Amino acid sequence: MIERLQLFGHKSINLCQNIGVSGLFLMRIVTCAPKPFKTLPLLIQQIYFVGVLSCPIILVAALFVGMVIGLQGHHTLEKFAASAHLGQLLALSITRELGPVIAALLFAGRAGSALTAEIGLMRTTEQLDSMEMMAVDPIWRVIYPRFLAGILTMPLLAILFSTVAIYGGYFVGVQLLGIDGGAFWTNMQSSVDFGNDILNGIIKSIFFGVIITWIAVYQGFYTQPTAVGLSQATTRTVVFSSLAVLILDFILTIIMIGGW
Amino acid sequence: MHERRWVEVIVGCFVLLASAALIFLAVKVSGLVNFNDSDGYYLFADFANVGGLKVRAPVTIAGVRVGEVTQIDLEQDNFNARVTLLIHTDSTQLPVSETSARILTEGILGSNYISIVPGFSEFDDQNGTSYLQEGGQISLTQPALVLENIIGELIFNINS
Repeated sequence: MIERLQLFGHKSINLCQNIGVSGLFLMRIVTCAPKPFKTLPLLIQQIYFVGVLSCPIILVAALFVGMVIGLQGHHTLEKFAASAHLGQLLALSITRELGPVIAALLFAGRAGSALTAEIGLMRTTEQLDSMEMMAVDPIWRVIYPRFLAGILTMPLLAILFSTVAIYGGYFVGVQLLGIDGGAFWTNMQSSVDFGNDILNGIIKSIFFGVIITWIAVYQGFYTQPTAVGLSQATTRTVVFSSLAVLILDFILTIIMIGGW
Repeated sequence: MHERRWVEVIVGCFVLLASAALIFLAVKVSGLVNFNDSDGYYLFADFANVGGLKVRAPVTIAGVRVGEVTQIDLEQDNFNARVTLLIHTDSTQLPVSETSARILTEGILGSNYISIVPGFSEFDDQNGTSYLQEGGQISLTQPALVLENIIGELIFNINS
């Protein structure tokens, strides 16, 4: 009994410690001295790895998500003879929720895990330590560009996701199922508001970018320098950041709907 | 060096593509930038009840969209709803007399919109012009139909 209690206490202390360390780590990243001219090439390299290489999976997923919403929406709305309203169903559900969230989940799986594995392997093979030996700050050289690239590319990927998904829904609804194209776009335009729907979706995706890359670089930087530790860190990145995205999405939606 | 240049080119394409997608979302999906938004003139109409009318609802004449609702607020003296309409094309001239505005519903699940029925155009000797100008008021209005009121009247009529 005492041992169980001790284990519980130990885990709680560990959890608090991890949260504290990750907070301090975030502060170190944010406050690290910016060197714009030296950072820019590193940043572009990372945007390529994190953003451009995530494009194929996100765009293909977007196309199919849009198409399936078009199909399901048409199937359901047809019962109420309201299939012309497919456009607003599609645009609202995608720009407000599905675009940012699914793009973030895919981003966590595709880019977050890669970031953790890369930084974790640098830790395991003592590259980060040798950088410090050469008086190169690994936070600035390794972590900062990756963190910034994640924050910058997440909203771009979410915007691309929404666009492609809406075209996917358009393809199924208008081209295949024969809804009137004019009604599709007009209903969409009259119900979607740029500030409330699209901008809020973009704000959400910026928050998701911060939380995913933060978790990914933290898990990579503080990984156990063993093969098992590295695999655990990668798994934790995907699990934690997916959960964090879904929970944060709920909180942000409450804030946004609550007239913020 | 050569490879890094290609990386930069691809990243540039990526950012441009995302910007184009944002413009698409702004223009085509949300209708934020409507290119003939700026020209046109404003009219007012007082309604006893606007029902579910919303800002940016269409204003139509004979079913053709000619403008949109830009503002709905409550008048403090007589508690009517004052609706501000933006009529897009200056060429749409509405006679002062007999022009009426009604709040209708698109289909059974659709949203509310305003339908304007133009009156007869007559030349008025005293005022010179008889068309509604910027800031003019449509005096004849018909409020939105509220389903509960109709059912209430129906029951009242059946009972009496």
